[in-house]
Amino acid sequence: MAKISIRKEIRFILNGRDVALSSVASDATLLDWLRLERSLRGTKEGCAEGDCGACTVLVGKLSAGGLVYESVNACIRFLGSLDATHVVTVEHLRGVSGQLHPVQQAMVDFHGSQCGFCTPGFVMSLYGLWMKSSNPSNADIEKALQGNLCRCTGYEAIIRAAHAISSYGKAAEDPLAAERKAITERLEALHDGARVEIGSAKAWLVVPADVDDFAAVLDKEPGATIVAGSTDVGLWVTKHMRDISPAIFIGNLDGLCTISEDKGVISIGAGVTYTDAFATLAKRIPAMGPLFDRIGGEQVRNMGTIGGNIANGSPIGDTPPPLIALGASLTLRKGKKRRTIPLEDFFIAYGKQDRLSGEFVEAVHVPIPPKATKFAVHKITKRRDEDITAALGAFFLTLAKDGTVAEVRIAYGGMAATPKRASSVEKALLGKPWTEQAVEAAMAEYARDFTPLTDMRASAEYRALAARNLLLRFFAETSGTREPIQVSRHEAA
Amino acid sequence: MNKHAAPNLKAEKIAGGVATDQRHDSAHKHVSGTAVYIDDMPEPAGTLHGCLGLSSATHATITSMDLSAVRTAPGVVDVLTAKDVPGENDISPTGRHDEPVLADAKVQFYGQPIFCVIAETREQARRATRLAKVEYRELPFVTDIGALDPKKDKLVTPPLTLKRGDAATAIRQAPRRLKGKMRIGGQEHFYLEGHIAMAIPGEDQDVTIYSSTQHPSEVQHMVSHALGVPSNAITVEIRRMGGGFGGKETQGNQFAALAAIAAKKHHRAVKIRPDRDDDMIATGKRHDFLVDYEVGFDDEGNILGVDFMFAARCGFSSDLSGPVTDRALFHCDNTYFWPAVHAQSAPLYTNTVSNTAFRGFGGPQGMVGAERVIDEVAFAVGKDPLEIRKKNFYGTSGDCEGGRNVTPYHQTVEDNIIQRIVAELEQSASYARRRREISAFNANSRFIKRGLALTPVKFGISFTATHYNQAGALVHVYTDGSVHLNHGGTEMGQGLYIKVAQVVAEEFQIDLDQVKITATTTGKVPNTSATAASSGSDLNGMAAQNGARQIKDRLTDFAAEKYQVPRDQVLFLPNRVRIGNQEIAFADLVKQAYMARIQLSAAGFYKTPKIHWNRDKGEGRPFYYFTYGASCSEVSVDTLTGEYMVERTDILHDCGRSLNRAIDIGQIEGGFIQGMGWLTTEELWWDAKGRLRTHAPSTYKIPLASDRPKIFNVTLADWPEAGEPTIHRSKAVGEPPFPLGMSVLHALSDAVASVADNKICPRLDAPATPERVLMAIERLKKEAVA
Repeated sequence: MAKISIRKEIRFILNGRDVALSSVASDATLLDWLRLERSLRGTKEGCAEGDCGACTVLVGKLSAGGLVYESVNACIRFLGSLDATHVVTVEHLRGVSGQLHPVQQAMVDFHGSQCGFCTPGFVMSLYGLWMKSSNPSNADIEKALQGNLCRCTGYEAIIRAAHAISSYGKAAEDPLAAERKAITERLEALHDGARVEIGSAKAWLVVPADVDDFAAVLDKEPGATIVAGSTDVGLWVTKHMRDISPAIFIGNLDGLCTISEDKGVISIGAGVTYTDAFATLAKRIPAMGPLFDRIGGEQVRNMGTIGGNIANGSPIGDTPPPLIALGASLTLRKGKKRRTIPLEDFFIAYGKQDRLSGEFVEAVHVPIPPKATKFAVHKITKRRDEDITAALGAFFLTLAKDGTVAEVRIAYGGMAATPKRASSVEKALLGKPWTEQAVEAAMAEYARDFTPLTDMRASAEYRALAARNLLLRFFAETSGTREPIQVSRHEAA
Repeated sequence: MNKHAAPNLKAEKIAGGVATDQRHDSAHKHVSGTAVYIDDMPEPAGTLHGCLGLSSATHATITSMDLSAVRTAPGVVDVLTAKDVPGENDISPTGRHDEPVLADAKVQFYGQPIFCVIAETREQARRATRLAKVEYRELPFVTDIGALDPKKDKLVTPPLTLKRGDAATAIRQAPRRLKGKMRIGGQEHFYLEGHIAMAIPGEDQDVTIYSSTQHPSEVQHMVSHALGVPSNAITVEIRRMGGGFGGKETQGNQFAALAAIAAKKHHRAVKIRPDRDDDMIATGKRHDFLVDYEVGFDDEGNILGVDFMFAARCGFSSDLSGPVTDRALFHCDNTYFWPAVHAQSAPLYTNTVSNTAFRGFGGPQGMVGAERVIDEVAFAVGKDPLEIRKKNFYGTSGDCEGGRNVTPYHQTVEDNIIQRIVAELEQSASYARRRREISAFNANSRFIKRGLALTPVKFGISFTATHYNQAGALVHVYTDGSVHLNHGGTEMGQGLYIKVAQVVAEEFQIDLDQVKITATTTGKVPNTSATAASSGSDLNGMAAQNGARQIKDRLTDFAAEKYQVPRDQVLFLPNRVRIGNQEIAFADLVKQAYMARIQLSAAGFYKTPKIHWNRDKGEGRPFYYFTYGASCSEVSVDTLTGEYMVERTDILHDCGRSLNRAIDIGQIEGGFIQGMGWLTTEELWWDAKGRLRTHAPSTYKIPLASDRPKIFNVTLADWPEAGEPTIHRSKAVGEPPFPLGMSVLHALSDAVASVADNKICPRLDAPATPERVLMAIERLKKEAVA
């Protein structure tokens, strides 16, 4: 391994300026830094948990496709994760002579603000969308705004504004588009291949140079907190004031951000965000698309990673149940040693996973279901979008030529202390004809598989009933009925 | 760009008068992040930060409170407890002395503030707070009112009874009767900007407080009590809030009082901004209710008599629970004439945070109760609920003699327009056709069912505390003709400032940009009422108009005398004044008046006429007028999971002669969505230990953009005008649109009913989460088989 050079500062671009910070705490958030250190107070704190979007800023990063700007929640984004990025806040939008940006002017003219507190966040989310799509559909706009709460307007005026942005200016003439080349060059210059190390002992922050470096650092410091998208770890800090030092920030490791396909298996690096995984998964395993659209808001999807969703072992993570049903496997790495296990086996008990000290999740491998296989995933929440799962069921079914169930895997989240297979239900279905009678008989088996909890998201009774009914929904959707089976927000494209 | 534009002296109309669509005055600042909220203000050097220490017991006596680790934590300057309150340790807004600034010896809900850490940084204060070691002796507690007896259990404030006629006899003698119970959930305000106060000590006893409050005068009074100093030592200022919705009517007092106490004690500025969780745990919410109802009716669905008990979860103190529960009773008729009615309130004590004002102030809960009764009757007689609604509406003003116009509180409804509103909406929303289509759809759809409902709204305008119906304004005209406007109303996003500025521009006939809007402060306009009860533009618009008129009168007198013309030959035209045969610029007349030593400043005042209320008798005219509206919603429901989608909503709403249609439409759209959220996904959930577990947006779900109706048609009725001489014949708009959200609850109920052939009343309680919807479906399926 080539010798790694070490840099003692985090470097990024804030709006137009270069920033180099040599004193950064592991738990320092971008939002506090903007407001308290830089007096940039256009970015607001609404919830400090990545749910309301009042703190939305854009972060530009170099990826395979070039410079990409994504909306993120500054409240749970750590400074340590910003190395070699371009941070754009609402203060950067107005023109040199003070004129409003097209996004801002549209919001003004269409009465998109009332109290105005959420507004900078909406402006930034809409700006991020507009750069990608200058003529967005209602569905695009709603998706881009899933992570932005407004309590005053009822959103209608904001949607009207969103549709009108392009009548105020061209995205191609936008300052960020015009400066693209210059910013790309500046960011490339910041990518010096060095490891960033700040502080020492307990107050120690590392941004590894690459995946091998990460493996080596973690092996040496197995107690360190691994921070990828910080959509969970961010809350450990803002809500629980937990000490996360020493911390290793891995969000920028190209080696963890790859998606590849080989022999019908998609391998997703642990650092791939929901947003980046969506394109491939929605295309190759279409049932995953609608699920991904309902994980967090856009900002969370731009930050959160598949690896993090698995590694934190939550019983209500949205990706493990479908991945288990698909028969995914997981590669774990410690130093130079790798091992691959069925994903299902990773989850041992509540708060306990099959991960050794100094080991990390490197990639998940997802077999693409054969054409004849039926696969579906259904998430149940109190509010449709940007809500945490009450119960989530994933269904994988292959029928034999005679119409009997040849292979079935059903996995649930929110129903037990870990993501869990419905093994009794599966057993009841296996070998039976795939008929409503057989499904109904199997539905009685749920009580053997799950004893769900009552909490603020749902009662045990509701979880049990809705989870069971999802099997009937799955049956209905495989039966070729033309009746509507689910409520839908937008007609299928 | 700040160059002062010269007013157009030839204009036919001023730019920005009343009844024109104007943008929010701060819109350009909102979008660019330059609108300053209190946390954005530059802090004075040495500003300290406070964080509340909250009780971790639900009902208990504090046996020991060891704060030594807190005091020695990094950055900590002080820890305030009840004994540090120099004046009265009380912030009960109605003077019932039941709400301490900091709890002393006894805690009455989980999350009640018991100490306040003051530290060099906010982060240090938050961290130190967690080091407290408090021991409690637990006492029995009650968090849910389901287990309480509304007639016997402890109340936080005296209940109210409204009665007209003999309801018991009417119900007993009715051909048909039924009884039921409904649970209506509370609601968290979820203003995007949480509570905040920054106190800056002055000399002597003085302190200036920047407080995110809808009621600066009350903050002033509460701080003065807590400090034990006269009101004249305290100045409270607020330029804008990031949302209020009633949540900042009384709930800001605590933060302001603590910031002021610490600021005076340490001679340094002190800021307190609770994090979202503390804000949601430690401040009050909309009252949840249990409504018991009994109704007598005939086979046609004519209601003959109604009896209601509105029991409310008030929390540990009275706060505003008296007037809130009163307003629930004032709206238990909604748009319906109850020939005989008996309605009681029970403001129950519970070991939960003290519930408070929230847009509608109990009114929506009363109306939801009324609409449940309508639904029950409709199902009982087998008719479309809309038919029953129309059958029981108040009479129109033409048939006052018919006697169908008297409310349960003996006020005659003189301005009823609900028939026309509903008829027009029924038409524009194609209710009858869609009703048929939905029936056909449901007959052929096994899993997904559709539902449709059209619900009316009548909302009473005025504070029921009659003395609150007054307002002041301060108007200065400077020698260049520009105007400085100040009034007692606060801006929380609702567009009050721009509306009042439009009124002043109209009065002087000068362009709107000549009127400078300034922050609300107790130093300029004293003894103000809360900006609440939808009254903002009605009261402050009139007060500002009065102030402007005083100056205008003086200018008129001056011009008449100087130019030797009769007074009626002095006319204020756009940006100019015609005096006899000549026209001079408004600014020039002002300059001349100044040189002649004419006073160019005035304090305006207004009090609402005609209103009176005798609470003991339950009789009077508490409301100056009513505003009306209706909404029609269609939903689709998944009968396997209870998930749903609002397919379409049509609204027709009355704002009289709107001062600013753009602002009013925004209030209606936003109010509807907020009301829909209350009745659908917004659920407050306490665990068995009495802890509120929905205290952040991750667990408490307000509507998103993707929850609004797929098709959303909002129309302002263009024909009504206020029957009373309100400000330019406009009507209040803050609260009335909120209960329009009821149409979604009833559409859900309609969809649920379809699983049992629309024969059984679903009795769908609120909030109708997917869980409640599914459980109602299951119940109906079972009852249909039985």
